[in-house]
Amino acid sequence: MSQVRVLVGTRKGAFILSADGKRKNWEVRGPFFGGWEMYHLKGSPADPNRIYASQSSGWFGQLIQRSDDGGESWNPVGNKFAYDGVAGTHKWYDGTPHPWEFKRVWHLEPSLTDPDTVYAGVEDAAMFKTTDGGQTWAELPGLRGHGSGPNWQPGAGGLGLHTIVLDRANPGRIYIAISAAGAFRSDDDGASWKPINRGLRSNYIPDPEAETGHCVHRIAMHPSRPQTLFMQKHWDVLRTDDCGESWREVSGNLPTDFGFVVDVNSNEPETIYVVPIKSDSEHYPMDGQLRVYRSRTGGDEWEALSKGLPKNNCYVNVLRESMAVDQMDPCGVYFGTTGGQVYASPDGGESWSAIVHDLPAVLSVEAQTLP
Amino acid sequence: MIRIGLPAHLRTLARVAGEVELDLTGAVTTRQLLDALEEAYPALRGTIRDQVSFERRPFVRFYACEEDLSHDSPDAVLPETVLNGSEPFWIIGAIAGGA
Repeated sequence: MSQVRVLVGTRKGAFILSADGKRKNWEVRGPFFGGWEMYHLKGSPADPNRIYASQSSGWFGQLIQRSDDGGESWNPVGNKFAYDGVAGTHKWYDGTPHPWEFKRVWHLEPSLTDPDTVYAGVEDAAMFKTTDGGQTWAELPGLRGHGSGPNWQPGAGGLGLHTIVLDRANPGRIYIAISAAGAFRSDDDGASWKPINRGLRSNYIPDPEAETGHCVHRIAMHPSRPQTLFMQKHWDVLRTDDCGESWREVSGNLPTDFGFVVDVNSNEPETIYVVPIKSDSEHYPMDGQLRVYRSRTGGDEWEALSKGLPKNNCYVNVLRESMAVDQMDPCGVYFGTTGGQVYASPDGGESWSAIVHDLPAVLSVEAQTLP
Repeated sequence: MIRIGLPAHLRTLARVAGEVELDLTGAVTTRQLLDALEEAYPALRGTIRDQVSFERRPFVRFYACEEDLSHDSPDAVLPETVLNGSEPFWIIGAIAGGA
């Protein structure tokens, strides 16, 4: 029977949660790297026992850890993230030029085919790549250099490149998202990029329909529908059916369309999940009730999923990297909260239970399905 | 022989217990000490000073002989008692609160 391994990054360490295919009884390992901020862990699709982890602290900076045995042991690899050439400036919160400064790695996306190749999304927003298992990293400068980079401004959480989506059907095609620059696409393995934000409307920026400047929180894609992407923007849930050339809002009957996460059921490409958050000034669920919303129509029509989730006095947040799905049938859905809970649904969202209740604030959740 | 005290997180990272000892002799500077430390323990690269600018990380401090050496030139020779191993060179994570 297949197994599921859930990789959890928190404010104070990493945890690995494992279960068999029933996904009822979980083994919890950790903390790994206790006391460090673990922004993201992700396993290689080509070798699931190869796991990369972003480890950082305000004191000691950025490290990258690598495991070759499914998280049993770890070794630090290269952690030199130097911007290509003269770093230049982006815009600061007040609109003045601000030097590009590396702060941390938000996201690690291993190649779909090569365990030694990994893409890293960093703050201040840039894309790096390793082809030697993390020993050395080189910037893909075409992203910052494509033209709009000097005008990018950080969101409240920083100028972070947090989402990287690789397209199995179109090798070389990469989607990324930056807070608060927007979404971008490369068709040549990161050499060149174009903004893909047509159709996004953000009323809080000077030009609500600008080419860049939108606070995209997360993008998700089903591998069988590579032309279709779903987006949770700061406000609004959107979809595109033409690889990002145009987007349309599908918030429909959501009680609030602010939120951070979005993901797609691994068996049903038009079944998607979000966790509505009351507002950008409150950052907790509506009415103290934690509810996942599911659309089986690719958006517009949503249903609340609450069986097993807190029904009152719940004021946690679910951050942008903190939802994942496994590849089982029925699809398992997982999400972590700033309150330290990791919830699992082994039945596509019908029912939920907490695997763990009291971890540090969860920053990221990834799910691996193992033979 | 120069003795170096590391903060707990860096001891874990370097996989050492207690003080680190480096076989350095002569008029060693802070820069030379850190070069040798990173050579012996590559996992520490980037954790004490930036790998591009070689600037000390803001929340890392250097102490020896009950003095704060953090703002001394990295090319200043270390105190005699550090050079002769009678006192350690302390690398400290600043007590800076946080969440």
